[in-house]
Amino acid sequence: MQIEYPTTVSDAVDVLASWPDATLLSGGTDLMVEVNYRHRRLDQVVALRRIAELAEMDSAWIGAGVTHARLERSPWQGLAEAARTVGSPQIRSVGTIGGNLGTASPAGDTFPFLAAVDAAIVLRSASGVRTLPWDEFFTGPKQNARRPGELIAGVQLPEAVPARQAFAKVGRRSAMVIAIVSACVTRNEDGDVTVALGAVGPTVLRARQAEAMINAERRLTDTMLDEFQRLVADEVQPIDDIRASAAYRRHASGVLARRLLERVW
Amino acid sequence: MTTLDQRVGGRVGESTRRPDGIPKATGTFEFVGDLEADDMLWAATRRLYVPHARLTRVDTTPALTMDGVHAVLTQEDVPGLPYQGQIIHDQPVLAEGEVRYWGEAVAIVAADDFETARRAAAAIIVEYEPLPALTDLEEALDREEIFRHVPVRRGDLDVHGEVVVEGYYETQTVDQAPLGTEAGLAIPDGEGGVDLYPPSQWIHVDLEQLAACLGLEEDQVRVHPTGLGGAFGSREDMSVHAHLCMLALRTGRPVKTWYDRLESFAGHVKRHAARMWYRHEADRDGRLVRVEAKVLLDGGAYHMTSDAVIANSAYFAVGPYRCDTVIVDGYALRTNNPPAGAMRGFGANQVAFAYEAQMDRLAEALGMDPLELRLKNAIGPGEHLATTGQEITEPLPVREVIETIRAMPIADVDDRPIGWGLTTPAERIVRAVGYAIGFKNLAFSEGFDDYADARVVLTTDGAEVHTAASEVGQGMVTILEQIARTVLGVSRARTVWDDTAHIGSAGSSSASRQTQMTGGAVYQAALQVRRDVLDRWGGDDLDDRGVLRNGEVIVTWEDVCRDGDPSAEVRFRHPPTEEPDENGQGRLHADFSIGIERAVVDVDLELGLARVVQIDAVQDVGRALNPMQIIGQIEGGVAQGFGAALLEEVVLREGTVMNPTFTDYLLPTIEDMPPVESIIIEQPGTWGPFGAKGFAETPTIAATPAVVAALRRATGRALNRIPVRPEDIVF
Repeated sequence: MQIEYPTTVSDAVDVLASWPDATLLSGGTDLMVEVNYRHRRLDQVVALRRIAELAEMDSAWIGAGVTHARLERSPWQGLAEAARTVGSPQIRSVGTIGGNLGTASPAGDTFPFLAAVDAAIVLRSASGVRTLPWDEFFTGPKQNARRPGELIAGVQLPEAVPARQAFAKVGRRSAMVIAIVSACVTRNEDGDVTVALGAVGPTVLRARQAEAMINAERRLTDTMLDEFQRLVADEVQPIDDIRASAAYRRHASGVLARRLLERVW
Repeated sequence: MTTLDQRVGGRVGESTRRPDGIPKATGTFEFVGDLEADDMLWAATRRLYVPHARLTRVDTTPALTMDGVHAVLTQEDVPGLPYQGQIIHDQPVLAEGEVRYWGEAVAIVAADDFETARRAAAAIIVEYEPLPALTDLEEALDREEIFRHVPVRRGDLDVHGEVVVEGYYETQTVDQAPLGTEAGLAIPDGEGGVDLYPPSQWIHVDLEQLAACLGLEEDQVRVHPTGLGGAFGSREDMSVHAHLCMLALRTGRPVKTWYDRLESFAGHVKRHAARMWYRHEADRDGRLVRVEAKVLLDGGAYHMTSDAVIANSAYFAVGPYRCDTVIVDGYALRTNNPPAGAMRGFGANQVAFAYEAQMDRLAEALGMDPLELRLKNAIGPGEHLATTGQEITEPLPVREVIETIRAMPIADVDDRPIGWGLTTPAERIVRAVGYAIGFKNLAFSEGFDDYADARVVLTTDGAEVHTAASEVGQGMVTILEQIARTVLGVSRARTVWDDTAHIGSAGSSSASRQTQMTGGAVYQAALQVRRDVLDRWGGDDLDDRGVLRNGEVIVTWEDVCRDGDPSAEVRFRHPPTEEPDENGQGRLHADFSIGIERAVVDVDLELGLARVVQIDAVQDVGRALNPMQIIGQIEGGVAQGFGAALLEEVVLREGTVMNPTFTDYLLPTIEDMPPVESIIIEQPGTWGPFGAKGFAETPTIAATPAVVAALRRATGRALNRIPVRPEDIVF
């Protein structure tokens, strides 16, 4: 196995130009589990932790190397609440948002926030920069649009992130659990609501019809809430697996989104 | 072998520190997986992760021809009896023409390093034809795939009650999930024999099986106690044992192995899944008059300890309640599911889940308070166990534990939100309370000659306790040293673990038995040393200085030990038990333990999420030798018990384990663990040291039905299957 430890993004993309299929290591909380269980044997690895610029964060930018522990203390409530549900303190102190994006699990805890605020993922390679809206970046379960030779540089947030945000997750225990359903609901100063859900489709998804309904009505009556809950439950695309049935996921999606809507109203 | 803290003192009754506590917390303790030897090879196992298949081709050539590979062995290479098993030898050491459960071992490899061994194991060509897998318990019963049928018939079978409650219950397959996975080291002695350092709860029962498998005399195999990271029953049957010895003897070199978590799921027995049909009949006053039960346990592919586990399920099928007419049929069945064996509670857990639910439903049918119904039917000394008819001759404070928990105030627990990220706001929470007892036998039953050997030596440096008993993390070492210090009057004691060539069997570290059994042997041996020394020197007491008479030192330990350290070796037996008659009747058990728990559970009815917010426990212990360790065992038992109620399940699909990792085999975390308030009931028994009784299985037996009882109250649902999943509450 060969491993490189670049210290700048430009060095990293140079390495990737010659090793386009190299495995990127950014925290290792997913990768090392696969290695330990012999599901993966690695040939070329580019370790990204020494690249200081990847760990940069400002009001509209989250570098790929920012850890979940730092996101817990970030100014975006919907992201901070999500980061706090990731793994254990040890996992959060090494796991990164870039690693989360690279794995692209449908249950990735940071994704409902990214989808709810319409974030974009920035990819760098020797041939330049590509910026993909979140719904173009995620292409399927554990699949994303990163090309060989590319590096996830970070997340670009829109200029105006809705002030009101709420995240919640359903799992069977109180910590260290993969989401059965996760959801993020936002509401901006104009009263526009967005709703994103994780672990209930091949990728994180937005409940567009539920959003359209509530954004048209702009009232929070019990009838509206019931309708909102029903539309969310209709729009998700869950599957049965050992963690939960599709029927439960559909039900819980509606309940969770409704509760979050009440929180941001 | 292990690093123990020798500065620990303390007599019986004190919450003295564990001598292995600080070494374990600071990482200096030597666990079995830490053992190494010069010139050592590494072993890996080739398994077939298919529930049932005929092997059509096993070609070891690709592994044998790899650089660094020293041996590749299959079932044909087993030198002696090619079968193993704690009670009945029916498990092939390596697969014999077919695999009968998911992950059965097919071949083993020894190589220069672990990576090479694992690559070589993967390179072995294994071709197979899948066979139909028998995984359904009722089908297994129809096909008479019966390991053991335990019938119980007691009383006038024509008696019936006016109030009848019928129920059907299911419990899941559970993994013991000890933190330490299987590991071991075998060292050939150069003379055809071998020394084995295995993960074991009972090295002498390993020895019997190993000598047979290896075709050696018992004195050619020496099995050594090791440091273990937990057991909970998973180390009662052999795992790495015969494999390592075969490879060490074949290569002439020490051989070590270690299982990762996935392999550990395949590499040890599970708690039996159960299906249970119950019918309770009572009179209008709530007196039980008739109980019928049918209990099916999934024994998996091989016997392991199923024959003893089903006996417990049958004999504890009614609980600690009085009833004169009892009809029970317990069946341990053979399937192609993972082999099941010992796990904390040993067959008493499954039936407690069922009969405690029945008692609650009966109370509801009668319009009675559930605790009042239990009190009305609670047995006590002088009465008879409902199933076996055995008279209770030891203290058994069933009434006392029920009355004590009823008097405990319910803690004022804040309305904490359930889960992270404010998933459940406080106003969505419904809180409910449930009670359940835990009841089971202590030590081995049904006429088994159950004994423990120990040797106590008095040296100038304090007492030495020699034993083969496994310290699996339960704290036995603390207790043995407290007993030795107390009897001998000295402030220093240390435990020396001897191998099978140097001391007799201590029996298994299971069945809640070592405090009474090895503790009993240490107590008797220490008493004998004390008497011998006092007689020899004409003293009347002992302390750190030497032998005393009227408070004055008459001889120092240096002088006492000049001609050799005084010592005594004792074989301790508990009161004898009998084999059951054809109706399951007789004095089958040496002793019993009783405990009760109250669970306070918060439930989010809309999402089906539950959180245990408080557990209160009352536990019978005979006499508390170390209160802190008792509290530790209760709290650990609570964690394991509510884990089984809400989270833990080996998910099987047609015999395949779907969740063999801790990502999806969900154990409670510290965030899930509720505060536990415990009250210890002391009614000294007649045969344990200082009146102590074993107890450490009962807290986990009680926790599971107590939590589900609370969930039933909160939800109004039947919840007849564990673990209770969110969707069981929602839909």
